[in-house]
Amino acid sequence: MRHLLDTKTLAREEALRILDVAEDMADTQRREVKKLPTLRGKTVVNLFFEDSTRTRISFEAAAKRLSADVINFSAKGSSVSKGESLQDTAQTLQAMGADAVVIRHGASGAPRTLATSGWITAGVVNAGDGTHEHPTQALLDAFTIRKRTFGDDSRGRDLAGLRVTIVGDILHSRVARSNVWLLDTLGAEVTLVAPPTLVPQDVSAWPARILFDLDEAISYGPDALMMLRIQLERMGAAYFPTEREYSRRWGLDATRLAALGTGSMVMHPGPMNRGLEISADAADSPRSTVLEQVTNGVSVRMAVLYLLLAGTTDERGEL
Amino acid sequence: MSTRTVLHEADIARALTRISHEILESNKGPENLVILGIPTRGVALADRIAALVAEFGGQPVPVGALDVTMYRDDLHRNPTRAPRRTQIPAGGIDGKTVVLVDDVLFSGRSIRAALDALQDIGRPAAVRLAALVDRGHRELPIRPDFVGKNLPSAREERVNVRLTEVDGAEEVTIES
Repeated sequence: MRHLLDTKTLAREEALRILDVAEDMADTQRREVKKLPTLRGKTVVNLFFEDSTRTRISFEAAAKRLSADVINFSAKGSSVSKGESLQDTAQTLQAMGADAVVIRHGASGAPRTLATSGWITAGVVNAGDGTHEHPTQALLDAFTIRKRTFGDDSRGRDLAGLRVTIVGDILHSRVARSNVWLLDTLGAEVTLVAPPTLVPQDVSAWPARILFDLDEAISYGPDALMMLRIQLERMGAAYFPTEREYSRRWGLDATRLAALGTGSMVMHPGPMNRGLEISADAADSPRSTVLEQVTNGVSVRMAVLYLLLAGTTDERGEL
Repeated sequence: MSTRTVLHEADIARALTRISHEILESNKGPENLVILGIPTRGVALADRIAALVAEFGGQPVPVGALDVTMYRDDLHRNPTRAPRRTQIPAGGIDGKTVVLVDDVLFSGRSIRAALDALQDIGRPAAVRLAALVDRGHRELPIRPDFVGKNLPSAREERVNVRLTEVDGAEEVTIES
C-alpha cells in the first residue's frame, strides 16, 4: 500500500487486509510489552492543519507502539501561520526524511495533492480532509462492528448483511462519507438519518437509504446505530432551529435506546456532546462501543502504518 | 534445474517421533513444556510434536504459534508481508521451557526474531530449538537442540518442506 487517501477507491481485499492485520496488532496490545520493533528507524510526521486531539494521539500511539519516530506538526503557531504554503511545508518534511505523513487539512483533497504532487516520496495517510473523507475512522468503525459481531472469529470476514444506521450531520461529515463507501464495499446495508437541511445534494448517488425520522430507522432494528457529533460551531448557520429541537428529534435518548434491540450496538466517533446527539444513558450503556472504538483506532492505525511503511519502497505499490 | 526428494512421509514421521523423545529426555519429562511453532509450517509441526510428546509423556502439553514477522530485520528489503496470528497457550511462557519449532533452519534470522518476540511476551526459564531440517549457512550464533535431518546444501539451492496440513503433500525436497 503506497497511500491511504480514501475508502471510496479502497478495494474489498485491501480493506480486509487492513482489518486482519489490525487483528494481529490488537493481539500484541494485550501483551505485557506492547511495543514492537517493526518500524524502528522510520519517521512518521503528524501534519495537522486542523485541531484534533483524538486522531493525532491515536496516530502517535500507533506509530510509537511500532517504534517509529513521531514528529508532531500543528499549523497553529508554526510556519503555516506565517503564510507558508503546503508545498513548502511538505518539502521541508521531505528534507527532514519523513517516511510517512499523516495529514489533516481543512481543504478536501489536500492529502491527494500531497500524495500526487511529487513534492514528497513519503506515504500519505488521510486523517480527515475538509468534508471529504476520514478513512481510518471508517476502518476502525468497521473493525469495531466486525469484532462485536463475530468476536474471535472475525478474521477474513466482511460485514455482509449487517445493517448500519448513521445519524446526524451527514452534510458536513467526512466520517459518514468514509463509512458509507467502506461499509458498502464490505457488504453492509447503510441507512442515513438526518434533518433534511443536513443531507447532501448528491446523496442519490450514494449506496445508502435516506430517512428523516430516527424512530422509523430504529424500528427497522439496525445492527449498529452510529451517532455523529453535531458540530456546535455550525449552529450559527441555522441548519436546525435549536439544540433542544435537534436533540428531541434526532438525539439518542433513553426512550429510543430502549426501543433499539438489545443486540444493537451504539457507536460514536467522539468527542460526544452528551445530552445533544447522545444521552448519557446511551453513551454509558453496555451497548455503547465508544471506548472500544478508541482502542481499536490504535490497532487499525498500527495496521495502516505497518502496511504503508514495512516492505521495500519500490514494491509498496502493490498491497 | 533438478528436484530431489530427501525426506518422504515415513521419514518425516520418524524424525518427529525422535525429536519428541529427545525433547522429553532433555526436559526430563513433559512438565513445564510449552511448544511454539513459527508460522506457517512450524505451527503444523509444533502441533504434531506436541501430540507426540503428550502421547509419550502421558500428559497434555501446551502448544501455540509465535509469529515473528514484526520482529524481522529484513522487512524493508522485501515486499510487505502480512503478519500471522500469534497464539500463546493460556498458561503463558513465564518460567516454562519453550521449544520453538521451525521447518527449515537456514540463516538463523527468523530464530533471532523469535527470541525477540518471546522476550515481549514473557520470560521463559529456557528456550530450545527444534527444526525438521537444518540446511546450514548460519549467519548468527544460533544452533538447534533437536534436528530432524542435517541437510548440507548450497546457498542457492532451495529446500521445500511440504506438509499435509498446509500443502496437501508430505515431503522435503531440494531444488538445484
